[in-house]
Amino acid sequence: MSNGAGLALGKDLIGLETLDGDQIRGILDTAEPFKEISERKVKKVPVLRGKTIVNLFFEPSTRTRVSFEFAEKRLSADTVNISSTGSSVQKGETLVDTARNLEAMRIDMVVIRHGSAGAAQFLADRIPSNVINAGDGPHEHPTQALLDLLTIRDSLGSLEHRRVCIVGDILHSRVARSNIWGLLKCGAEVAVCGPKTLIPTGIEELGVRCFTSLDEAIEWAEVLNVLRLQLERMSGGYIPSLREYNRVFGVSQKRLDRANHEIVVLHPGPMNRGVEIDSDVADGPNSVILDQVTNGVAVRMAVLYLLAGGRPEMAEAAKQGGE
Amino acid sequence: MMRPLILRGGRLLDPSSGLDMVGDLLIVDGRIQETAAAIDGPDEARELDVSGLVVAPGLIDLHVHLREPGGEHKETIRSGSQAAAAGGFTTVWAMPNTDPPIDDPAAVGFVLAAGERAGGAKVQPIGAATLGQQGERMTEIGELVMAGAVAVSDDGHPVSDAGMMRRLLEYTQTFGIPVLQHAEDPALAADGVMNEGVVATALGLRGIPNAAESAMVARDIYLAELTGGHLHVCHVSTPEAVDQIRGAKERGVHVTAEVTPHHLALTEQEVVGYNTQAKVNPPLRTARDVEILRAALADGTLDVVATDHAPHHYEEKEREFDDAPFGINGLETALGLLITELVVPGLLSLEQLIDRMSCRPARIMGLSAGTLRAGSPADVAVFDPDASWTVDPTAFRSRSRNTPLAGRELVGAVRCTLVDGLIRYGLTGYSERALAETVDLV
Repeated sequence: MSNGAGLALGKDLIGLETLDGDQIRGILDTAEPFKEISERKVKKVPVLRGKTIVNLFFEPSTRTRVSFEFAEKRLSADTVNISSTGSSVQKGETLVDTARNLEAMRIDMVVIRHGSAGAAQFLADRIPSNVINAGDGPHEHPTQALLDLLTIRDSLGSLEHRRVCIVGDILHSRVARSNIWGLLKCGAEVAVCGPKTLIPTGIEELGVRCFTSLDEAIEWAEVLNVLRLQLERMSGGYIPSLREYNRVFGVSQKRLDRANHEIVVLHPGPMNRGVEIDSDVADGPNSVILDQVTNGVAVRMAVLYLLAGGRPEMAEAAKQGGE
Repeated sequence: MMRPLILRGGRLLDPSSGLDMVGDLLIVDGRIQETAAAIDGPDEARELDVSGLVVAPGLIDLHVHLREPGGEHKETIRSGSQAAAAGGFTTVWAMPNTDPPIDDPAAVGFVLAAGERAGGAKVQPIGAATLGQQGERMTEIGELVMAGAVAVSDDGHPVSDAGMMRRLLEYTQTFGIPVLQHAEDPALAADGVMNEGVVATALGLRGIPNAAESAMVARDIYLAELTGGHLHVCHVSTPEAVDQIRGAKERGVHVTAEVTPHHLALTEQEVVGYNTQAKVNPPLRTARDVEILRAALADGTLDVVATDHAPHHYEEKEREFDDAPFGINGLETALGLLITELVVPGLLSLEQLIDRMSCRPARIMGLSAGTLRAGSPADVAVFDPDASWTVDPTAFRSRSRNTPLAGRELVGAVRCTLVDGLIRYGLTGYSERALAETVDLV
């Protein structure tokens, strides 16, 4: 497959760390024309007709897998879902064997979700197909960050110099890492906020601010991206209780109202209402959470289209059935 | 009876006796008989021309994993002993974390017997410090020593219980052996897979902080101070542990310490790209840490180099980073890597390097090796300090090929290794014809 000139993403999309601002903006721009497909009565265009895509999920996922599947089907690709909970090691087959088997079936693209950081890169290094990372351990989840970026851009008009704070369990979060890279490369100012037990060492060296007080973060930020708190973090000893977490780091409307400026609130889902985010915020006027979900399909269409060799400037024509 | 052997015209370099001159070395009955500018040997002596090469006491590695019994797909005592000889080593201390662990006298005897048949470097067994290396009950350390164990260790794991560590440091004094400690606080290291810091954060890998090592080293030093036992700290990787060890030595605590070639030469950057060949415990640290370790080796705070040779099968490393085992295959690259990284840039003289890899290991452990003095066992390494070569793991004597150095060009190549006067390595390259004509092959 050949990639478009000017916006070559390479063979794979493993993370946003290795992309530059132009490439990221190019993906967001390409997503714009694809948004409209999902609003049609017949939600299908022949952009990826004849392409075979495998959705390879080693971790349970509903939201991301469904979003990818809609994106693939609306672009007319043939898709196969492989779900396998537990690590490949427990399953008995090594990831390298899985890769070779997929390769032998002559597929075009793999969307992989895996519990180990580096698994997507591992696969990409071993098969000629395009590999899209749908989350590898705490490393990256690039399409989630891209849809977050698109949603912020839709709300605020641009990303440059916007102040975005990611709140919650940064330590274990691939969403946080991909957001940090994507936002920084697009010229935003980035902060993280959470208990120090859930902030990874050296994060400031990536170029982000670090808040341990949510009120200070809210005072600073124009956008809050509130991460899901994995409930097992409590048993891991990172926080004493969910009740206390909500009290200290839960985003509530009362807290947002204390800031004397508008704040946009994102959440990658699925939400623990009453833990990291209160319902009055999730369902309130500041929330763009459902816009994120809608944008997720468009962004994933854009990524699939670009990796398949599509050119950003041809996206509008491509979806009309041309190309 | 072996015929006498004369190594002619090499640079005889023996820091243990201050010897550094071009000359001849005569071996009779497996022992060094004489070193001199020119030796007029017995008529029946065979001769080997080693002009242009360094003739040094054989290297001694206090920390290798030979995997047998239980891990023969990674390494055997035979392949490990021969890999050691190929690296210029004449004595290796084998760690007991095999399956089953070397925690009874019969197991010690097995390692010794297999070592004697191995045909490479001498293999000396380290006994487990606790039964099954579980940290709960002391092994029969006296029995292990009488069977031939040279030290005790639970390496692979730390002795984490402070009370047990205290008892070990006390009890071993009867036998005059050290306790070799893999210093790592298990709760701080947790499930870490690489050095903690911004590189791990960006990769999304769990980190192991420096404090996981230094906190344990600090505790162990206080216990050594309390008991008067000999604490040997394995594979030091952090400046904080170096500081602890330096302070302890100043106070007269009986503590010695080793550092690996990879911790002296490589940084955590090797891991970028999820390179499982660079996954090792303790993890590769930062460039600043490496700099401090190098200085500590030069100033003697860290006594010796030990490889922590940790062979793993290809398939075991060919997987997700989290699931790959820790360990680097080190015996056959150690000398070249350290000449390249320390001697060539002038951080350490060649004499100092031989001292840290041969004389000092012998001295701190009381071995009758690590010297070219007359009367010593003829354990000798012959190497070309200027020859460059490219690391090709497929050419390793080791059964495993797990090294982050594949394809690296190194300076300093081993040409010949003698153990008790027998040539255990050296039939390739330089002196093949000369050897075939002059020396009994073993």
